[in-house]
Amino acid sequence: MLLYALRRLLYLVPVAFGVSLLVFALVHLAPGDPISAIVPPDAPQEVVDKLKEYYGFDKPLPVQYFRWLAVTLTGDLGTSIGTGRPVAAEVASAFGNTIILAIAATLFAFSLAVVLGTSAAYAKSRIVDRLVTMISLMGVSVPHFWLAIVLVIVFSVEMGVLPPMGIGPENSTGWRFDWPHLKHMILPTIALSVIPLGVVTRTVRSTVKETLNMEFVTALHAKGMRDDQILRHVLKNAAPTCLAVMGLQAGNLIGGSILIETVFAWPGTGFLLNSAIFRRDLPILQGTTLVLAGFFMLLNLTVDVIQTMVDPRIKRG
Amino acid sequence: MAVQSPAVDIAAALVRPTAASASRGYWPSVGRRLRRDPVTLLCVGVLLLVVLASVAAPLLGLADPYKTSMLRRLYPLGSPNHLLGTDELGRDMFARLIYGGRLSLFMGVTPVVCALLVGGMLGITAGFVGGKVNMAIMRVMDVFYAFPSVLLAISLSGAMGAGTENTLLSLTLVFIPPICRVSESVTTQVRGFDFVDAARASGASALTIVRVHVLGNVLGPILVYATSLISVAIILAAGLSFLGLGVKPPEPEWGLMLNTLRQAIYVNPVLAALPGVMIFITSICFNLMSDGLRAAMDVKA
Amino acid sequence: MDSLLPLEDRGGPAQPLLLASGLRKHFPVPGGLLGRSGKVVRAVDDLSLSVAKGETLGVVGESGCGKSTVARLLIRLIKPDRGTMVLDGDPVDEPHGITVNELRRQVQMVFQDSYASLNPRLTIGETLAFAPKAHGLPAAEARARVRDLLDKVGLDPINYAERYPHELSGGQRQRVNIARALALRPRLVILDEAVSALDKSVEAQVLNMLVDLKTELGLTYIFISHDLNVVQYLSDRVLVMYLGKIVELGSVEAIYGNPQHPYTRALLSARPSMDPRRRTKEAPIQGDPPNPIDPPSGCRFRTRCPFAEDVCARFEPPLADTGAQAVACHMRVAGSGHSKAATS
Repeated sequence: MLLYALRRLLYLVPVAFGVSLLVFALVHLAPGDPISAIVPPDAPQEVVDKLKEYYGFDKPLPVQYFRWLAVTLTGDLGTSIGTGRPVAAEVASAFGNTIILAIAATLFAFSLAVVLGTSAAYAKSRIVDRLVTMISLMGVSVPHFWLAIVLVIVFSVEMGVLPPMGIGPENSTGWRFDWPHLKHMILPTIALSVIPLGVVTRTVRSTVKETLNMEFVTALHAKGMRDDQILRHVLKNAAPTCLAVMGLQAGNLIGGSILIETVFAWPGTGFLLNSAIFRRDLPILQGTTLVLAGFFMLLNLTVDVIQTMVDPRIKRG
Repeated sequence: MAVQSPAVDIAAALVRPTAASASRGYWPSVGRRLRRDPVTLLCVGVLLLVVLASVAAPLLGLADPYKTSMLRRLYPLGSPNHLLGTDELGRDMFARLIYGGRLSLFMGVTPVVCALLVGGMLGITAGFVGGKVNMAIMRVMDVFYAFPSVLLAISLSGAMGAGTENTLLSLTLVFIPPICRVSESVTTQVRGFDFVDAARASGASALTIVRVHVLGNVLGPILVYATSLISVAIILAAGLSFLGLGVKPPEPEWGLMLNTLRQAIYVNPVLAALPGVMIFITSICFNLMSDGLRAAMDVKA
Repeated sequence: MDSLLPLEDRGGPAQPLLLASGLRKHFPVPGGLLGRSGKVVRAVDDLSLSVAKGETLGVVGESGCGKSTVARLLIRLIKPDRGTMVLDGDPVDEPHGITVNELRRQVQMVFQDSYASLNPRLTIGETLAFAPKAHGLPAAEARARVRDLLDKVGLDPINYAERYPHELSGGQRQRVNIARALALRPRLVILDEAVSALDKSVEAQVLNMLVDLKTELGLTYIFISHDLNVVQYLSDRVLVMYLGKIVELGSVEAIYGNPQHPYTRALLSARPSMDPRRRTKEAPIQGDPPNPIDPPSGCRFRTRCPFAEDVCARFEPPLADTGAQAVACHMRVAGSGHSKAATS
């Protein structure tokens, strides 16, 4: 199994290479000279040339790429054009905030999804099954950023019980584990959870149902096993597929939180990305995308390896 | 935004050459089953209504969706002359919602269609030819797969700039890898079946074999998967516009409208939420339709 | 473009229809650090055979011995790593010989009836017309050919041409498989477990039909099966395979009447008999078939052979002529060093 993990890691290298290429190319996809993002249009030519030299824009593209790659691999993601602070620091603090939200949403969505999906699969009454199916359908169909707005309307504007935006009360500088901060977290967490809830509920329901129909379950019943003991076996069987889907969803949560973070002005990586795009702050855009993509790749790798550990049918090594 | 769902497994299950019980031929039986499915029919009806309304918008005698009026801003629902009120610049909401359907639906469906053509072709080629070609194509796709789809769409759009064409391009690029992956997986499965070997043994050209034997068995699952992506595309397109990366004002588009109406949530909250309702409805309909299509195709003898 | 008439005999009856020499196919085993573990499945190793015109060559062996790989190599669905093939005097896939496509006009295969041996989306008629049309036959003639083929295999064309595979029984589907193999009017038909999936009564009908077709159309058969009785019924000569190599080869009377290789003897004696007087005198085969990834050194059968000795581990026995048949066993080779061998 270690061999499998190593092999997948090795395999990741060319992909990571391609990813870095893509991220590097992002800057050059942008219309116009990258320099024009940094300097005002009426800057004197020597200033423009000096900056070009400083950033290395005057060299041919492949050279630029390798210089950028070399620098990036040392951990220096450049300097933000907007704030002048190192990109790595900005991304790191924003990343922390996103993770908090992602963990909350994951815990909420996955536990609820497992409960709902399993009950739907076990349910004898069609109403329960129908209800759960509808909930999961809603989850995947609703535009989550719109739901976020609706939640704000209902709970902040109309009822005034929850704050409409921000990570904490007025003067807070970061996140802390206390009630005011948790209050700020409630609405974003719910909005962020809907899609994973929908997808995972559907997956859990279908895998558990499929497992229940397998012959070994009938055999266990015949042996006289109690329902709750059988449930353990069923869940173990359904686990590999569900874990894979959960992993994917968790990754999407982290990489795709931008819309929710924008609605709630939650200072996470999504929010950072948003403002970077509008300020044409290309180093932040590159740095954030790179970090998020890298994290996503590692997460997928972990999920794959866990899957091989949990599912004995997959060949290892 | 779940683009990489276990659709590959679902699609793979559909490739089982299952029968169309008591009926002549596979596609006619699929059509028959679809016609008998009330939920799918309802969704098709609703979508047709929305599509027709938005396509025929100029003929419907609606107010001008671009005409602003500083006086008549944020009128509530049910105002005289303005059934659904007016937006923050005084434009008639009803008209903007219907006109908005044009762009929103277009931006949702077109990228999927384009991705289907490109990704499908690449995937089928990779699956059928196998070997180094397969490796090359799938490794390139892997690079794109390293990004969550929302991130990829936003980074691409962010880099290229706002605008309808850029959004179409970036969304197409986002959807090509998953469609390619599903196509490749399904085609590889079919390729392993004996009847394909028999076709190869008969000395027919690869193109003929793909056309006659492979496509018929492969298009079904690919199409089911692609239709399930349409709702994702609509939401993603709306999301991009919401962030200001998609359609540019003053064009009516549901996502953009949600953005510009945000300031109105304290004044007229229901109005502010209306465009999202449209997105929600179309998204549900496409999802249900896709589910119905899958159920119609997954027949057990 | 020829109108798909059956191809002419070249070289006369003495020339073998198909000659294969030194065929080898190894499949790489995935795994290890770079996706390649360096191990291979030695499916077929240095295999040579010849098929005379008009005969039926039976190929028997356990599952995993490489029979199906041989079939696919002979029809070039898989490319051999090494080895040559000559069809009625013409080398295959070589500069002065015939192309693989031309080979496929003359050599066809009948697959085992599985749910995927016929395209479920095409009617029987469309499936049968595919090969002729792909070779340029116009639609009307192709339809006539389809009717003719269905007739030959005993299926009423009016009834069956428009049906789908799932509407047919196993026996009927297999008739269609056979008809498909005959669509290009081949000279050699390889039958890979063609009747193994059928019920016994249906199997008998199909076998008889195969015999009739052979006479009527002047075909040559290679019949691959794990069912020893069926092979005996159908074949003129028999080839016994074990782990990718031929262990015994000879006429059906010689193989079944006087088997000389320990493996052949064990296989034949393992057949249950209705006759209480026929009791098993041979030592049965011990153990499981070893891994084709790591076959035993020397004689591959030695790990299950009750007569194995030192020399069997050190040297691989060549396929040696012993009169009525050819055997790959040290016990039959004079001077090999085996205690049971004749001393030269």
